[in-house]
Amino acid sequence: MRIMAKRKFDGITIFLFLLPALILFVGILVAPLLASGYYSFFEWKGFGDSKFIGLDNYKTLFKTFTYKNNEVPFLWSARNALILALCSVFIQLPLSLGLALLLGKGIKSERFFLSINFLPVLISTVVIGELWRKIYYPDGGLLNSLLRKFGVLKKGAQDITWLAEKRMDGSNSTLLQCVIVPMLWQYVGYHMLLMYAGVKSVPPELREAAKIDGATDWQVDRYIVIPSMKQIIKVSVIFAVTGSLKSYDIVSVLATDKTRIAAFPSTLLKDQMGAWGRYGMGSAIAVCLIVLCFFFAVVIGEIFKDREKV
Amino acid sequence: MGKKAYSGNDLSQYEVGKSSKVAKVFIWIFMIIWAVINLYPLYFLFTFALKDNDQIQVTNQFGLPKPAHWDNYKVALKSGPIVRYFLNSVFVTVLTIVITLIAALMATYAITRIEWKMSKTIEKIFMLGITIPVQASLIPVFIILSRLEMLDSFQALIIPYAAFALAMAILICTGFMTEIPISLDEAAYIDGCGRAGVFFRIILPLMKPAMATASIYTFLQCWNELIFAQTFNSKDDYMTLPAGIRQMVGTHTTEWGPVGAALALATFPMLIVYILLSRKIQDSFIAGAVKG
Repeated sequence: MRIMAKRKFDGITIFLFLLPALILFVGILVAPLLASGYYSFFEWKGFGDSKFIGLDNYKTLFKTFTYKNNEVPFLWSARNALILALCSVFIQLPLSLGLALLLGKGIKSERFFLSINFLPVLISTVVIGELWRKIYYPDGGLLNSLLRKFGVLKKGAQDITWLAEKRMDGSNSTLLQCVIVPMLWQYVGYHMLLMYAGVKSVPPELREAAKIDGATDWQVDRYIVIPSMKQIIKVSVIFAVTGSLKSYDIVSVLATDKTRIAAFPSTLLKDQMGAWGRYGMGSAIAVCLIVLCFFFAVVIGEIFKDREKV
Repeated sequence: MGKKAYSGNDLSQYEVGKSSKVAKVFIWIFMIIWAVINLYPLYFLFTFALKDNDQIQVTNQFGLPKPAHWDNYKVALKSGPIVRYFLNSVFVTVLTIVITLIAALMATYAITRIEWKMSKTIEKIFMLGITIPVQASLIPVFIILSRLEMLDSFQALIIPYAAFALAMAILICTGFMTEIPISLDEAAYIDGCGRAGVFFRIILPLMKPAMATASIYTFLQCWNELIFAQTFNSKDDYMTLPAGIRQMVGTHTTEWGPVGAALALATFPMLIVYILLSRKIQDSFIAGAVKG
């Protein structure tokens, strides 16, 4: 092929180069996405006859907060997922940012701390879930023993039944907090490393110059480093929020009985599909999840865009 | 960057000593506490893997195991094909990475190195893949796989994993590929290379760092994946580590020691790889954050 001939076959070349990616993308993402939308209008067990029921699945989803008999508490699960997302953005990410900024300054053993903080990301979420289950275990679990050791739980006091939907004495559920803590903990390191990359990409001369002008460390971070990391922070926020919405692994390990399994959208979806064989309903949940993910991705994108202009 | 930085005339407002000794000590203490929080669950895991129930729950919750029950590992290995799960996971992950890389590199080449009208649009469409949750495909892909009688197979996991890892890989590859000067391509065309020639001889050799980075992100995405693994596979022969461990542990809940041993066995290989390659892994991950 000479330069002249380049143009002639470019159409075919482009197509051939895109082909593998397109097959994967259309076959596994686009087509199933459309199919989910289609199924969501049916009452269907995955085989045999299906019945068109219009928006009934969606109506069921938005009807109730509780998990009784045949109810599908999507609102409840979405609420929990949003709480998780909020915690993730306002607790996990600031912690990651703080660690990244501190480590980015080049303190002693920077690499050592970086490695340790990233470690939980690489441990299987199932292992982490099982581990925390032992930590939370109501009778002789690590957490209750720790609380006893430090005197938070008094001698005669009853153990706290962590992870229970209702505590023994009937007070509020601890499930949500119990599930949120390990999920936040595991991915602090992930976001930390992303942000650390941003911190490190600030040219050292810029820091030096600001320091010479009399800026404190905090001011350098606030006015130079953080603004330059905006792109990375945006990505982190999007990952944190969409990740929270679709979180499945740790919840599915920690929340094992029927009521608890409905606590997050993904576990609810899996439960509807696996245990109930309601494929239409499951698809409706999937569609809601997709809509939520896109909605937040766009909103977050806009938030970060506006700040750029101001 | 930095344009706004100097606009604030409050820079000299607080003349606190620049990172005083006290501050440094506090930073250190904070870092050490956080490191302990990260390491303690692992310590807990590896110690309770060697204890019996009595030690774990009552007599020796925090200390090192004494006596150490090494037979917990024997019990764990007997109670399920952990080694098999592990090898399955390695196989699935490696093939996913290979397929993802091939598809992503080719697509990125078409998008960034060849000029055509729709290239930006196509790129944007691929990027939507980052936002689409895996749950979107769960039911339809499950139905397709069962119709094709492809459930309980490696490809039932590999193909969906590759598809969902694709967007991120293209994003990373684009970041790296746009940095390769286009004059290299032009020189190669003059020397008589075609599109494919340029791709294989010029671009691919220069994309090695991109491949490392994309591999790590793909790895992180599929090594721990559970929802597809649980739904599309029910046979031990094809089960990956997370699903396998989940199933094993779910059936043995009374004896904690062997459960701990099973979890430890699932963690060891990763840990060793990480200790050996942590610097490389982190550098590649960081490169992805900067280029992406």
